Amino acid sequence: MNLYVSPSPHIHSGDSISKNMYGVLIALIPAFLVSLYFFGLGALVVTLVSVASCLLFEFLIQKFLMKKEPTLWDGSAILTGVLLAFNLPSNLPVWIIVIGALVAIGIGKMSFGGLGNNIFNPALVGRIFLLISFPAQMTTWPVPEVMSMNYTDVETGATILTLIKDGTGAELPSYVQMLTGDRAGSLGEVGAIALVLGLLFMLWRKIITWHIPVSILATVAAFTGIMYAVDPTQYANPLVHLLSGGLLLGAIFMATDYVTSPLSKAGMIVYGIGIGLLTSVIRLWGSYPEGMSFAIFIMNAFTPLINSYIKPKHFGGN
Amino acid sequence: MLKTFRIGGIHPPENKLSAGKKITPLAPPEQVIIPLSQHIGAPAAAVVKKGDPVRVGSLVGKANGFVSANIHSSVSGKVSKIDDALDASGYRRPAIFIDVEGDEWEESIDRTETFVREKAVTAEQIIQRITEAGIVGLGGATFPTQVKLTPPPGSKAEILIINAAECEPYLTADHTLMLEKGEEVLTGTSLLMKAIHVTKAVIGIENNKKDAISHLQRLAANYKGIEVMALKTQYPQGGEKQLIDSIIRRQVKSGALPISVGAVVQNVGTAFAVYEAVMKNKPLIERIVTVTGKAVTNASNFRVRIGTPIQKLIDAAGGLPEGTGKIIGGGPMMGKALISTDVPVAKGSSGVLILSEEEARRKPMMDCIRCAKCVNVCPMGINPTTLMTATEFTNWELAEKNHITDCIECGSCTYTCPANRPLLDYIRLGKGKVMGIIRSRKA
Repeated sequence: MNLYVSPSPHIHSGDSISKNMYGVLIALIPAFLVSLYFFGLGALVVTLVSVASCLLFEFLIQKFLMKKEPTLWDGSAILTGVLLAFNLPSNLPVWIIVIGALVAIGIGKMSFGGLGNNIFNPALVGRIFLLISFPAQMTTWPVPEVMSMNYTDVETGATILTLIKDGTGAELPSYVQMLTGDRAGSLGEVGAIALVLGLLFMLWRKIITWHIPVSILATVAAFTGIMYAVDPTQYANPLVHLLSGGLLLGAIFMATDYVTSPLSKAGMIVYGIGIGLLTSVIRLWGSYPEGMSFAIFIMNAFTPLINSYIKPKHFGGN
Repeated sequence: MLKTFRIGGIHPPENKLSAGKKITPLAPPEQVIIPLSQHIGAPAAAVVKKGDPVRVGSLVGKANGFVSANIHSSVSGKVSKIDDALDASGYRRPAIFIDVEGDEWEESIDRTETFVREKAVTAEQIIQRITEAGIVGLGGATFPTQVKLTPPPGSKAEILIINAAECEPYLTADHTLMLEKGEEVLTGTSLLMKAIHVTKAVIGIENNKKDAISHLQRLAANYKGIEVMALKTQYPQGGEKQLIDSIIRRQVKSGALPISVGAVVQNVGTAFAVYEAVMKNKPLIERIVTVTGKAVTNASNFRVRIGTPIQKLIDAAGGLPEGTGKIIGGGPMMGKALISTDVPVAKGSSGVLILSEEEARRKPMMDCIRCAKCVNVCPMGINPTTLMTATEFTNWELAEKNHITDCIECGSCTYTCPANRPLLDYIRLGKGKVMGIIRSRKA
């Protein structure tokens, strides 16, 4: 009789990387539906192109450059594709999206050795690359048009944060519009309620813990709240800040990326506070209207440092 | 809110297949193999030789030093040889082989079923009886009980904690014992309280054993100072430091003993053995062993003579199922994979778990995605993934700085890891290495 002999434990939870990745993808479904509703065909095309090119580049690089068995269906490349698309305007031309996907997968992920070894969130690397390289196309936002059948040929307008930054006193969308997603912006960032539903799903499935999103949102609310209290004529109120731009998408889905966020709960809170502060500072005083991407990117860089200085709470407290 | 420990923890499927099965006594086999090392500490020294006749309860191995324990014959018959035998550790170590003839017991042992509630004994006499009877921690750690009852000078016990958590999935030996031998367990607890001069004891039971909790609570009304406490079903509730934290909200510091927070912890099976040793003059010669597994025909709780080959237990539970992949001595989280069914039941054997080939196979390991799930479940608040990396790169300084020696080897990290990383395998390796370095530094 042949018996397996191995050290304990002898059972496993059955959790897997792909379960977590597909879990996040499920959590993104409500926000995707909102984007399809308000941006129509454009949202669909951008998302499909982004996911398909991420899968393609993942396959090509793993197969021919790294010469290993491609892990296409672990869900991580699909997730990068969806998150990249969610950070793009729904009228972005195909060729720019393909470049974004190449940078995200090629530079953001594979150049570090693939899943688990990257320092920065790959989707974010792609987005920031495009934002700097194609500033005009990346900041021209389609105005919502229910179930639009147009892709690049759409009416465009300013986002809430651009309106605030320009300081022209133009009227902002209503809170109802912000909550539902009826506003100009990157295709996946507009629907606040849908994004929060995704958060609740991930908390329920224990895919993430509350520490990162809550500390980011609380920091932004507190910081912009103080500034609003100081001078309400110059600064927008904290609720507008929470519901606008990519704050919710970033706090819930981008900053919580396993690989690039800290390990300990205390570390997660420090990281979240850092992102919240940087975002607020860029939004209020920077030259870009939105700072979420840069804030997460910068704090990704601090993650190894946070990990080596902030340890989990040790039993016995010493 | 049920009480529980404050850091980490998991909740694997309980799979208590043999819960509610009555204790079934197994007849002695034709031959027993009684290892001389069934406890932590020095092996006992054999006091019999080939050809010697023995009876049930005869001393066959004498404790060899302070941290050691007596060993008694669990059968009557003749010593056939003293030789190395494979035990649950996977090593061949000295053992006494006894060919069974009849079932003659030492006359000093009270074999009746009569329950003895009171006996005039002093604390010293209790500890002496425990020492003579060769009692060790029956939860699996097998630390000689008399040592734990003799606190180092300057420390004082305030509370006795009885570990009846039985947090390992599948195992039901303690559960069954509490249901069937409640009075004996409580009397044993009272004796232990007397031995360490405390007036308060708490029996901590995971809340998945509601019948045992209510049964003992009802009985405990007649025992002074014993509280039966329901605890959250959360692994590793039965870890000594975790249990203390759950019950008295104090955390034993790194490297310190439970007595440093005033606690002495004993397993519920040990409390029963203490009852038998003191009240019935019976040495530790048998114990309750759960035989279980999803494919096992008749998962059971057997009362087994120490030294019985586990093959006998498996036979009694319906035989080894088709497609068996792994046989574990103990539970699935901390038990040891056995390499043969010839391994005898020892004092620390709480169960025999049979897993199918499918259940036994590990999945291929992937790169760490730093999801921090291992960090979140670690009940010691240490960082398993960092410790695994430190061990991989033989960075012992980093491993020590990150408290590798505090690991209790509960396996929660490996159980949880979505990338199937063998975290505990590496941490065990690193822990041994770092402990060696610390020892040589002190020397």
